[in-house]
Amino acid sequence: MTGPSFVTAEGVHRVLPGPVPVTLVREIALSIGAGEFVVVTGPSGSGKSSLLYLLGLLDRPTQGEILIEGRPTRALSRDAAAALRLASIGFVFQFHFLLPEFSALENVMLPMRRLGTLERAAMETRARDLLATLEMADYADRRPDQLSGGQRQRVAIARALANAPKLVLADEPTGNLDSRNAEQVFTILAGLANAGHAVVAVTHNLDLAAMASRQITLLDGRIVEDVRTH
Amino acid sequence: MPLTLEIALTHIRERLRQTVLSVLGVTTGVGFAVAMAALMQGSQEDFIRRIIDATPHITVRDDFRAVPWQPADAVYGTSAVGLSSVKPKEELRGIRNPQPKLALLAALPGVAVAPTLRGPVVLRFGGRDVAVSLLGIEPKAEVRVSKLAHDIREGSLNDLYTTANGIIIGSGLARKLGAGLGDSVSLSSSAGTIRLAKVVAIVHSGVVAIDDATAYARLKVVQVLLDRPNVINEIRLRLDDVNGARALAQRIERRLGYRTESWEEINENVLEVFQIRNIIIYTVVGGILVVAAFGIFNIVSTIVFEKTRDIAILKSLGFTEADVRAIFVSEGFLIGSFGTVLGWGLGYALCRLLGSIEIKVRTFAEQTGLPVTYDWRHYAIAAACALTAAGLAGYLPARRAGRLDPVAIIRGAA
Repeated sequence: MTGPSFVTAEGVHRVLPGPVPVTLVREIALSIGAGEFVVVTGPSGSGKSSLLYLLGLLDRPTQGEILIEGRPTRALSRDAAAALRLASIGFVFQFHFLLPEFSALENVMLPMRRLGTLERAAMETRARDLLATLEMADYADRRPDQLSGGQRQRVAIARALANAPKLVLADEPTGNLDSRNAEQVFTILAGLANAGHAVVAVTHNLDLAAMASRQITLLDGRIVEDVRTH
Repeated sequence: MPLTLEIALTHIRERLRQTVLSVLGVTTGVGFAVAMAALMQGSQEDFIRRIIDATPHITVRDDFRAVPWQPADAVYGTSAVGLSSVKPKEELRGIRNPQPKLALLAALPGVAVAPTLRGPVVLRFGGRDVAVSLLGIEPKAEVRVSKLAHDIREGSLNDLYTTANGIIIGSGLARKLGAGLGDSVSLSSSAGTIRLAKVVAIVHSGVVAIDDATAYARLKVVQVLLDRPNVINEIRLRLDDVNGARALAQRIERRLGYRTESWEEINENVLEVFQIRNIIIYTVVGGILVVAAFGIFNIVSTIVFEKTRDIAILKSLGFTEADVRAIFVSEGFLIGSFGTVLGWGLGYALCRLLGSIEIKVRTFAEQTGLPVTYDWRHYAIAAACALTAAGLAGYLPARRAGRLDPVAIIRGAA
């Protein structure tokens, strides 16, 4: 199931300035629609994470344009990009990056509270529902240091989904998980795509990559392969 | 509670020991700022109150600010002739033709007037000689311009009328001489006149300079003693509005020509000493607050350093730079606010403690304790200083936090 394009990259280059400029990605052109589960693979340093940060508006291209729902983003202010990210994009990282002082429930509620469109009770209900969907209902009041690696990553996924984003970006979300937990996480991501989210995940694991509907391979910052598997 | 404030509270709660130390720094600064301000204002007000009570608000003297123009100057002053060793014209001291001047001043609204002849005399009693300033007064007029009648501890002001050659002496003077009520003291003036006078009252104003070296007698008696019949050399005024003394004194001086001094001018040196003292103490207290601000800067900087990863994740979630700055500025303000509230308590407690200490000192004015003024403005100023320092101390690291590049941090963490 592939819907209209949510995010599009047009001729995107990203060069890190410095005495010796480093090109992170080059000539990137792709379009990802709702319901797509895209896996980005490639060797270390090939620009997978950089591409993800560009698609998630955490970074800006040196050349080219990222369009979100057809709207160019390069000229957006940092605050406007942050607002767009808050409402429409969810991030999951290799490290869970949960706030250690807050419980799982509070971590999931953070993006909702910042967005501020729901009442407090509604936020809590939604956060508990998300945790329940990810089989974390019993751990809602635990702090990150009281959870296993896999549990933390599920909480991080729940947090990424808090504001019902159209695009979920996962940067090696299974990098620190054992194979069972890794598979579970990818199953969850596939489920999100089935539910209509556009999902982009970076991984080295080709077995997990096989679960995606589309596989993009990067080499030296360029897309060398872009195949739809289902 | 706003989310940024909640995150800020969580951060500082997690570093309880550091937070407590920083809060105590602010508490100390605010507490001492409040106590010192209360003490300084208290002592200043106490001194001014005593001066205002015990001395006239304006004094017109038989003196001129400019050196009188000599007849020789009038003739040769602008010519090329040089004069030396010119004997100046002798001026008869005293306020000339005082009655119209007294009437003019008495007609001013809110002004009470009393004539005085002041002169140096030597008081002798029991073989002890003490040089004093003797004031010739009219008791009926005097009660309108000073608190002499109120300050009398023994005897009565009106006894000056009923006792021939009656004299009122200050309590310090009485102690020095060993004289008491009803004793006869000998008065010697520079005019060579010697009179016996009977002590009819002992006065205690609380101002050491007055109590130790001032005596009062009826104007006529003093005029005879100083051999200056019908002469006065001071007109003393008491005002309903003491704050208008300086301006009125200038007006009177312009009108009458005689040197006219307000209580502020007479005590200018002391008031300047107060100002210098205030600057010194506020500098010290300001230093305490600066040290406290460094403590806040230190803790907020440490939190920013420790929380770089969290800052990156908050930004990746969609928090803006302003949100991140608000978190860390709030931390500075929270520490500053806790410290300020505790500092208010400490300041109040110190004021109570200082106010309860009994100290007998005889400086400008005799004191039995430390005068303390309770004024809400001391608390407000201390809080404003502390919160400004805390805000600045929090803002600098907060600005750094706001500018952090989340991608660089996430790359580093990965």
